[in-house]
Amino acid sequence: MTKLIENPPVVVNVGLDSFADSVDATGGRAVRVEWRPPAAGDREVGTELAVLLGSEKVAAANEEAFGRYVSAQPSLVGIAPAREAIAGLEGRMLLHAGPPIEWGRMSGPTRGAIIGATLLEGWASTPEVAEKLAASGEIAFDACHHHGAVGPMAGVISPSMPVWIVEDAEHGGHAYSNLNEGLGKVLRFGAFSDDVLTRLRWMGDVLAPVLVDALAALGPIQLKPLVAQALHLGDETHNRNVGATSLLFRKLAPAIVRTATSEQAAAALDFIAGNDHFFLNISMASCKAMLDAAHGVEHSSMVTAMSRNGTDFGVRLSGTGDAWFRAPAPVVDGLFFPGYSADDAAPDLGDSAITETAGLGGFAMGAAPAIVQFVGGTPADAIAYTREMGHITLGNNPAFTLPPLGFAPTPAGIDALKVVDTSIQPVINTGIAHKEAGVGQVGAGVTRAPLDCFVLAVRGLAEKVGR
Amino acid sequence: MSVKRKVIKGLYRDSVSLMQCAAAVQKREGVEQVGAMMATDATLALISTPGDYAAAEARKALDAGLDVMIFSDNVSVDDEIALKRRAHERGLLVMGPDCGTAIVGGVALGFANVVRRGDIGCVGAAGTGLQQVTSLVDRWGAGISNALGTGSHDLSSEVGGITMLDALAALDADPETNVLLLVSKPPAPDVAERVLDAAARSAKPAVVCFLGAPRENVERPGIQAASTLDEAAEKAVAASLGAAPQRPPESELDALAAEAREGLADSQRYLRGLYSGGTFGYEASLLLSAAAVGRVWSNTPARPDDRIADVWKSREHTVVDLGDDVFTRGRPHPMIDYRLRVERIAEEAADPEVAVVLFDVVLGYGSHPDPASELVPAIEAALRAAAEDGRLPAFVAHVCGTEGDPQSLATTTSRLRDAGVLLADSNARAVGLAARIVAGREGPS
Repeated sequence: MTKLIENPPVVVNVGLDSFADSVDATGGRAVRVEWRPPAAGDREVGTELAVLLGSEKVAAANEEAFGRYVSAQPSLVGIAPAREAIAGLEGRMLLHAGPPIEWGRMSGPTRGAIIGATLLEGWASTPEVAEKLAASGEIAFDACHHHGAVGPMAGVISPSMPVWIVEDAEHGGHAYSNLNEGLGKVLRFGAFSDDVLTRLRWMGDVLAPVLVDALAALGPIQLKPLVAQALHLGDETHNRNVGATSLLFRKLAPAIVRTATSEQAAAALDFIAGNDHFFLNISMASCKAMLDAAHGVEHSSMVTAMSRNGTDFGVRLSGTGDAWFRAPAPVVDGLFFPGYSADDAAPDLGDSAITETAGLGGFAMGAAPAIVQFVGGTPADAIAYTREMGHITLGNNPAFTLPPLGFAPTPAGIDALKVVDTSIQPVINTGIAHKEAGVGQVGAGVTRAPLDCFVLAVRGLAEKVGR
Repeated sequence: MSVKRKVIKGLYRDSVSLMQCAAAVQKREGVEQVGAMMATDATLALISTPGDYAAAEARKALDAGLDVMIFSDNVSVDDEIALKRRAHERGLLVMGPDCGTAIVGGVALGFANVVRRGDIGCVGAAGTGLQQVTSLVDRWGAGISNALGTGSHDLSSEVGGITMLDALAALDADPETNVLLLVSKPPAPDVAERVLDAAARSAKPAVVCFLGAPRENVERPGIQAASTLDEAAEKAVAASLGAAPQRPPESELDALAAEAREGLADSQRYLRGLYSGGTFGYEASLLLSAAAVGRVWSNTPARPDDRIADVWKSREHTVVDLGDDVFTRGRPHPMIDYRLRVERIAEEAADPEVAVVLFDVVLGYGSHPDPASELVPAIEAALRAAAEDGRLPAFVAHVCGTEGDPQSLATTTSRLRDAGVLLADSNARAVGLAARIVAGREGPS
């Protein structure tokens, strides 16, 4: 029987605020909910959401998935050519960032990177030929995510490119990412000029072998402690990697000096020292390894990938297999380099939102107040972003603590149900590419994952869970 | 791995402090993972979102172990049944959908009056019906333990009175409650039987007002029937205090009516009821039909044949519930927003055939903060305009409220009286007065 009348009620007020006033005025206590229609106002999905939120199956699955994410132990174990490391990357095939997409719908920077990679592989001799080849259907395209890989911005990985290999010692999975080329005119922003290709060839021919030897000498590098330290140095390991890159440099430098010729060592160390984002791709592969550990738990509403191909923004859930839930990729609001504006920007691009998916990047912004300068924010705003994300996550990652928040662990494990219930969209720190191929990066900023992806994801999960 | 939980009651900490706390515990040996979060000790969710979203919110609240009051309307019967069954299985109560009023442990929920605490426990399927009986109980010196709403569809065959029966059981078990008071339109016959059986089984005396149901269908051992809301309140007060309340004699209405009739021109024959409370409008239709003043058109008619075709335009005797969906689409309820009523008062009083404008004024939480400030100028203007035309229509009303209400019953009634409004202490009596004024005036003009 109801216990309602045994004590004066403590009321959760959902709707008209004046009703909460009446409760407070007559000796009760009201908790006011800032209510917005869930599921962007879609009544049907809102109803499915209510069922899923109360589902014990979903709660148990989420506990399992989140536990697997938290217990993952990613280590950097080596470097190998993509065709050797990545299963399924064979023949004339290129991987790209985001959900799968065909040539006709690809954004400018993604097309540029495809052209560049085609030239790099020697499948074409000129950009014009490369473009025709890419459009002809003779080159297979697939999403990095379908092969355990992630790549920043265009995220194009070709068979000959060296990739970082990250191993999850706890669950045995592997994740991969290409090597970071630095800023300016680079392939990942769609540039394919000779200097871009020359740099890529040098990275494959010189840098990668140097790193292979150094890593062999060092043994596996545990990545969670390294990222944890970087957070204490003001990184969020998405858009700010200066701390993590320095830490990695400190580990690599003695080993490189011991294993490489002095000329090669100098060139490799110069290259690493000259790129604040050198660690980004390792950070991403590390996040991918942790999230792949959580992927594939039946009924789980935990988000295991958020990614963009410059056209679509896509989301995957642990409990919905390989399905992508897509919405148009948003144009990012941010700070533009001199001479550029939002009119020059390509829609949001890259697999790097894997960091946010893993509780880093925008979710750990409280640790990286320098990042909010991209949107004219303050350190208090940075903390507010992190706190806000706490409303849509399944828990916190105890491995990653944030000094400005009293060393509180970062919110992690995005729950698609909570996103749709609260309309709080995951925050993402990101670089901004020029919309035309070959120009490169034009800015950086902060954006939000489109709510529609999560609304679709909830619908997809509801179909799997049943009523 | 073992999982431990600890609940600290009555403590608030912001999210940073919580994360710090969690981090501190995290550092201890053997701790794998820690979470510290604010929980509310909430017991009830009060939902007043647009109807499309109310059922989903209610389901979340039930799953979180909360009782629920759904103020929102336009929730499907299927959703209502599913929610109420779910609640029943879990020992929870769903008041509503379309539940306007409740008082729980003295706390006003939705539209509710400030009433003395006492031993009369009410359940109502009619929002303003509950406001009427609880206000009158307060005015007549007794008090309310709890007043629970069921929503207007609970007593249909489909829903089967799930909430009514659970609420009755709760009040039956409630040590604060000595008298049961039920208010509703007549339930579906099978549901009525179940509800009356439950009320009769209780050792506590019960007063049941199924508006419009013949007394003999309601009365049984342990149950007193009441035909009107004020009669229900009177009987409950008598059962609570052991003595009937002192009310002015009904003969007072005859004197007031006679006075009002003196000001009427021959053309003035009809009454027009402009109600903000749906139950009041329905009670008025019932009583006027019984009083045989002639046919009464209404959007809340006593007989289906008397349903008015155009709610915007009165004809002959008319009683309109201005809280009808037709009027509230895109504007607040007439208990909050008096614009529509003020317009309609001017319109009716300007009609040379109108003898009486009858209305209700509902005070309490949720309602307009000062209804007299809206009504008095409108009535004064209407009377001036009619006087120029040689007519003096009567304004008859009752004020549903208490001294404790934010608007104050005494202040509101004295301002209305000063404006020339004839006031009765209940809706039933206001209707009685209006009926006396128009009695025998209908005929060929």
